[in-house]
Amino acid sequence: MPKVTIDGQEIEVAPGTTILQACQQAGVEVPHFCYHERLMIAGNCRMCLVEVEKSPKPVASCAMPVADGNVIHTQSPTAIKARRGVMEMLLINHPLDCPICDQGGECDLQDQAMAYGFDRGRFEENKRAVRDKDFGPLVATSMNRCIHCTRCIRFLTEIAGVEELGATGRGEAMEITTYVEKALGSELSANIIDLCPVGALTSKPYSYVARPWELRKTESVDVLDAVGSNIRIDSRGAQILRVLPRLHEDINEEWISDKTRFAIDGLVRRRLDRPYIRRNGKLVEAEWQEALDLVADRLKGVPGERIAAIAGDLCDAEAMYALKELLTGLGATSFDCRQDGARLDPGCRAGYLFNTTIAGIEQADACLLVGTNPRWEAALVNARLRKRYLRGGFRVAAIGPAPDLTFPVERLGDGGEALNALVRGEGPSAEVLRAAKAPMIILGQGALARADSARVLGAGRAIAETFGMVRPDWNGFNVLHCAAARVGGLDLGFVPGPGGRDVAGIMEACRSGAIEILYLLGADEIDLSDIGSAFVVYQGHHGDRGAARADVVLPGAAYTEKDATYVNTEGRVQLGRKAVFPPGRAREDWAILRALSGVLGRPLHFDSLSELRHHMRAAYPVFGEIDHIVPAEWGMFGEAGPVGPEPFTYPIADFYRTDPISRASATMAQCSERFGGRSDAAPRTGTHG
Amino acid sequence: MNTTEGTPVAQPERFEFTPENLDRARAHIAKYPAGRQASAVLPLLDLAQRQMGGWVPRVAMDYVAGLLGMASIRVYEVATFYTMFNLRPVGRYLLQACTTTPCWLRGSDEVVAACERKLGIAMGGTTEDGLFTLVEVECLGACVNAPILQVNDDFYEDLDGPATEALLDAFRAGSAPPPGSVIGRHGSAPIKGKTTLTEAPGAAAPGGGADDAG
Repeated sequence: MPKVTIDGQEIEVAPGTTILQACQQAGVEVPHFCYHERLMIAGNCRMCLVEVEKSPKPVASCAMPVADGNVIHTQSPTAIKARRGVMEMLLINHPLDCPICDQGGECDLQDQAMAYGFDRGRFEENKRAVRDKDFGPLVATSMNRCIHCTRCIRFLTEIAGVEELGATGRGEAMEITTYVEKALGSELSANIIDLCPVGALTSKPYSYVARPWELRKTESVDVLDAVGSNIRIDSRGAQILRVLPRLHEDINEEWISDKTRFAIDGLVRRRLDRPYIRRNGKLVEAEWQEALDLVADRLKGVPGERIAAIAGDLCDAEAMYALKELLTGLGATSFDCRQDGARLDPGCRAGYLFNTTIAGIEQADACLLVGTNPRWEAALVNARLRKRYLRGGFRVAAIGPAPDLTFPVERLGDGGEALNALVRGEGPSAEVLRAAKAPMIILGQGALARADSARVLGAGRAIAETFGMVRPDWNGFNVLHCAAARVGGLDLGFVPGPGGRDVAGIMEACRSGAIEILYLLGADEIDLSDIGSAFVVYQGHHGDRGAARADVVLPGAAYTEKDATYVNTEGRVQLGRKAVFPPGRAREDWAILRALSGVLGRPLHFDSLSELRHHMRAAYPVFGEIDHIVPAEWGMFGEAGPVGPEPFTYPIADFYRTDPISRASATMAQCSERFGGRSDAAPRTGTHG
Repeated sequence: MNTTEGTPVAQPERFEFTPENLDRARAHIAKYPAGRQASAVLPLLDLAQRQMGGWVPRVAMDYVAGLLGMASIRVYEVATFYTMFNLRPVGRYLLQACTTTPCWLRGSDEVVAACERKLGIAMGGTTEDGLFTLVEVECLGACVNAPILQVNDDFYEDLDGPATEALLDAFRAGSAPPPGSVIGRHGSAPIKGKTTLTEAPGAAAPGGGADDAG
């Protein structure tokens, strides 16, 4: 282990550590622009120069591995002078437009110019002018400000896996460009906004909106997919202005998908901000008391088997718990949280979780994707798969029509036949799985949301067991969910109880009149056009499909407006936090249900969120394990038998419009228009939005 | 020459190597180990430029990228970095006048002025008949025979105004004067004849015999 001295402090570091990393380990900050710990080293900004004894010139510390006995000075006159020189060079062409630059206040160049800049320039020539680029509806460019750190190029090439951005020209003519003027076709593209150390790449929807010091920052989690990315919600007053990633090494590292970041403008459009009651076929505004009285009146005297409830994809665990408690009290058993009809079995937790965990993907050496397009269903899981692929020795095979996943995938077939063959242990890919030390299988909702869903699940379990994917030290069986609410719903047993009906059964029973009252908790992904004369209560935050058919609308809170619990696809319980208040007369969902129970005369046994959580955690202990993964017990689930030969289809036809929030978002609509016709888009199935 | 700025260029619809060039391309690719085909990007772009008569259209870059299994943007980066790839069409004769210090001291201004006057174009321009394009280049590395005008692949050396005009007349007439010094000196030998090794070998002083023995 090399021993180095940094500013008089001696430390021992691992071989291969760069000087910059060693300095960071010693707690010494070295200014830099191009270096980023998750990207390849470029060494081109020269800001990280340090003095190394016996070295004739200052050394770019990000690109220089330490050698035993190095004596490094980061604050010596030579080092400081060298950095001042670099800063002066960087500022030669950098415009002095900080007052109108969106990066102002959170700009690395601005900050470091405070430390190393000179208060006037010695350069009298004109600054260079660079044409701005069109990177699509999300990333605004101001290329005069670019200092050519190449972080954006490296991010898109390495992490997003979309080699579209490059540096053309040379010397002063160098430009960061796609060269052919096209929008960046990646679901992770907007992360380059965060990576850009200057104001060359900024957020288009957020342009000229606010300064960072005006914002209130709330740490929360994302619900627009089942990954549970950690986010920071920046708000000013009652408005959410932007969403940024928050570091979580085991989930999203420091990236988020474009939908997570930019769907927030959908939070102010098409909102349900007051109760509505359908009168003479039209929804008209109503008071809370009226609406609750009406629901209570309709519920009173209706036998439990004539009541059903469906929970949507964005629901928090508290609301689902409260709804289940309320309706169970009335004798109802027809609950379902699986709007897509997947026969996931809540009896065995390992049977519906991403057991390997997202970080665990990095330990795998072979992966079988069944009916899933992770790039659209969980962009950050896909990024993790790509990260693993880049390290080498990782083979990926897919069953289902495979679009470009940014890494090579061996196609085994479109549907059940290929899966059946693997269950029998046939074919060359079976050999790959057999030889693998840590194989994993990912079952997508495309394979599970179909009639023989239970058999697909059974086949997945058989493959996991046949190929040694389930061991005390490794669980390679994974279900990849698309809905943030799904795992929480299954954990709560929000599924048909004894004699209860599932989603398809509920729809059928509504048509036949066997179910009189249907309670939709944010359920918008089901076809409600033909459900007879059932009385529909819709509780949710957006005027989407559910509200359009509702007889009573109870306005709830979106994920940014409530303290709530979500469980991601790994089974990780996380807390979302309230950044702003719900609009108008909308209320937090658990409180609406509590109020309804009071009007019904059967008050629920909690009066506050903490009491609710206390009861919920007592009944379902898994909700007490915040941000901690409890490995799930392996058990029986699914059903044996061959899977039908129909090709798997993907649940997401349009990455940018998957839920009521993103469907209401103008930014997402622009993205959808711009990227919808992409050649590598998944085939549209006609069964989804 | 390698900028994306300026008026857009009419790009051809498609590009493909001729069978002969495809063979040459394969020979270049075969020089590099498997998985390192991208190393052949420079010779392939050069082949494409020659096939296109002096410039590389975007389809050709895409074609080369496809042939080498690399992303198009990586080829754009290479093609725009090297000044010897022309990304817009040039005349049949690409006149590259060196104006770096040694050539300038030896009269490159005259050479450039002669070209401009004779062809009626400014630096960077192309004649209307599409025969000549005049560009300024940095040191061509033949300073001993300065000033230099490179015409396509050939160097014309020791030029002055009239010699340049004569050269351009010859090209316009369709003939190609022999490359090299226009004042007839051999290689970079001294202009006024030999200044050393003037005596015949063998007649010289002791030690000269060693050559005979060898």
